[in-house]
Amino acid sequence: MLQVISLLMENKPGALMRVTGLLSQRGYNIESLTVARTLDPELSRMTIVVDVDAVQRQQVIKQMNKLINVLQASDLTESPAVVRELVLVRVRTAQESRTAVLKEAEIFAGRVVDSSTEGFVIEVTGDPEKLGEFIDVMGSYGEVEVTRSGALAIALEARKLRLQPPVPTKAGSKEELQAEPQP
Amino acid sequence: MSTLMSGARMLLECLAREGVDCIFGYPGGVTIPFYDVLYEHRIRHVLVRHEENAAFAAEGYARSTGKVGVCCATSGPGATNLTTGLVNALMDSIPIVALTGQVTSKLIGSDAFQEGDTFGITRSCTKHNYLVKRIEDLAQTIHEAFYVASSGRPGPVLVDITKDVFQGQGHYQPVAAVHLPGYKVFTEGHTGQIRRAAQLIHEAERPLIYGGGGLIAAGASPELRETVELTDAPVVLTLLGLGALPAEHPNFISMPGMHGSYAANMALTNCDAMIALGTRFDDRVTSHLAAFAPHAKVVHVDIDPAEIGKNRVPDVPIVGDLKRILPKLNRLLTELAGAEAKTPAAEKRTAARRAWWRQVREWKREHPLRVETSETEIKPQHLMGEVDRISGGKAIVCSDVGQHQMWAAQLIRFSGPRLWLSSGGLGSMGFGLPAAVGAQVAHPGKLVFALVGDGGFQMSIPELSTVAGNHLPIKIVVMNNGYLGMVRQWQTLFYNNRLSAVKLDGFPDVEKLAAAYGFQGRIVAKPGELRGALEAAVREPGPYLLSVKVSPMENVYPMVPAGAAISEMVLGPPEPVEVPAK
Repeated sequence: MLQVISLLMENKPGALMRVTGLLSQRGYNIESLTVARTLDPELSRMTIVVDVDAVQRQQVIKQMNKLINVLQASDLTESPAVVRELVLVRVRTAQESRTAVLKEAEIFAGRVVDSSTEGFVIEVTGDPEKLGEFIDVMGSYGEVEVTRSGALAIALEARKLRLQPPVPTKAGSKEELQAEPQP
Repeated sequence: MSTLMSGARMLLECLAREGVDCIFGYPGGVTIPFYDVLYEHRIRHVLVRHEENAAFAAEGYARSTGKVGVCCATSGPGATNLTTGLVNALMDSIPIVALTGQVTSKLIGSDAFQEGDTFGITRSCTKHNYLVKRIEDLAQTIHEAFYVASSGRPGPVLVDITKDVFQGQGHYQPVAAVHLPGYKVFTEGHTGQIRRAAQLIHEAERPLIYGGGGLIAAGASPELRETVELTDAPVVLTLLGLGALPAEHPNFISMPGMHGSYAANMALTNCDAMIALGTRFDDRVTSHLAAFAPHAKVVHVDIDPAEIGKNRVPDVPIVGDLKRILPKLNRLLTELAGAEAKTPAAEKRTAARRAWWRQVREWKREHPLRVETSETEIKPQHLMGEVDRISGGKAIVCSDVGQHQMWAAQLIRFSGPRLWLSSGGLGSMGFGLPAAVGAQVAHPGKLVFALVGDGGFQMSIPELSTVAGNHLPIKIVVMNNGYLGMVRQWQTLFYNNRLSAVKLDGFPDVEKLAAAYGFQGRIVAKPGELRGALEAAVREPGPYLLSVKVSPMENVYPMVPAGAAISEMVLGPPEPVEVPAK
């Protein structure tokens, strides 16, 4: 089962590093990581596929929620969610195999984005396991080079987002402090 | 109404509004604009002699007052020198704000003079950090920094400010509120959980309160006292929790853990309800987790949700502020006791509780923590006993790290919180003296001890100049055994006494050293002279440096060997083996 953590975080410098830092600090392997802005340009959604056991994953998510820049961190491993990934595969094919390769691409609902005498570049979108199978199949036809995008996930149940309201500071207090003498 | 002013002045204005009265720091190229506006300002600046000590001093200030401590360093090496102090504050949850200068924004990334990636380096050393490159962001950032440092689980926050922000001009408007949508502070505690906790505690036959630094951070000593009175539970307090309940309180057993008392460790192992308040089940306390109070039901109250279930899954988890939760718990405990008064169940429980106390007192009697003395040499325990006596529970004691720290924690009694300042989680040597600087600056009229070992003392020895220059009447007591004692102890016990690199030769003559700095110093080696030497030190109106030569090969007991259960303590040196006559 794919261990997926989804985070909603502020789009601020260093925020990405803080999250990955939490994982690298504990020596956890990041299988893939994607991040991009959401509808709100101030916020980004990050999807991380990790290899961490369930108990430690719970602790990791608690640590992520502690981060000031993180608004919400959820474990999508057990929750109903849709997980998708995109892969670009360049495959070198012999002349005889060309049609077979195209047929495989059709089976996987892939699109040929480049075709040359050397072979093809095929784009496939789907659940990460399906992509893994496609890569294996392509590999049987010839030399492949693979670029995966990393998994994206969206939870099927909308989670209520509890954002913290502004907190008054001491500076905004009514007693005006004595104006400092200007140099 | 907004006023046009420099970034440096804006920073000062924000600090003043946050109630800052003192900054511990060391100027440098990029921070000169800030130091210029600080010149002859009512906010005091204490110049240290190494930036690491600025952070430790800010901690000493924060630990002894509960306020946010402030330190300031320049870019590059100034900032990197702060990192140990920042990690120390992070591990012990101490609120400090570190202000660092950075090179001009457009030079960042060009390997400019004294440039360093402060923001990157301190990311994992702080609760949160900021890089301010625009003057418009400065005021908001400073107020956010203070809020983050002092709220929830307190911690260090660093703000890195570029030189062009200091020198630039901007319009300052007082900041009314901080906007941190992702930063949730838990205070109240779940009502249902508090009820379940009260029931569990009420029904317990062998309850125990296991309290930590969170009690002190919450300022919950009065509420704790009531909980203790209501439950009549024995209380163990961790290294960071000492003083949360006065040591003289009859329910206080002692400190638990690796060098905790026999009674504390046995009580933890055998309790049936463990009430963990503001503590994190640290490995120095629990040792082998699987064997840690395996039969106890655990109530765990902490303000940090990530600590709950991290090392031990509690039966009743409660996330929130102890100051808010304990009164609710106390009310429920009172109700439960009242409802059940004089029933057979209540009487059975009272009998069980009495038996529990008899057992706890028996453990205390069997292996008490003792002030060992000798006719011929000063034992380290004797030194701690004398410091305890002269302090009367009221002095501020800042320790360094090592054997002396453990003996001090075992044998010095504190009548309240924020008197015992010690580096626990990080165990950072060199903490003692600069922390004492911070504490003395915060409490000019109070008696402050820097109780240090000969190793740790030498790590922050440059601060003798700060002590002298600021006329801080700190009583520096060096427990001098000539070794890095704690490492030496491990080498003796576990490495066949191969004492590799632990002999501290070249220790200075403290009488000459103190005189070199213009204050009093003395060496004492005879047990009969110890009390008098300490009294002379305390009587001295200025700073005092007292080196106490103690038995070099004394080991701290009890000791829980690494990986053992806390009930498997080594209580004393092995008996000499009798070789049978042939």
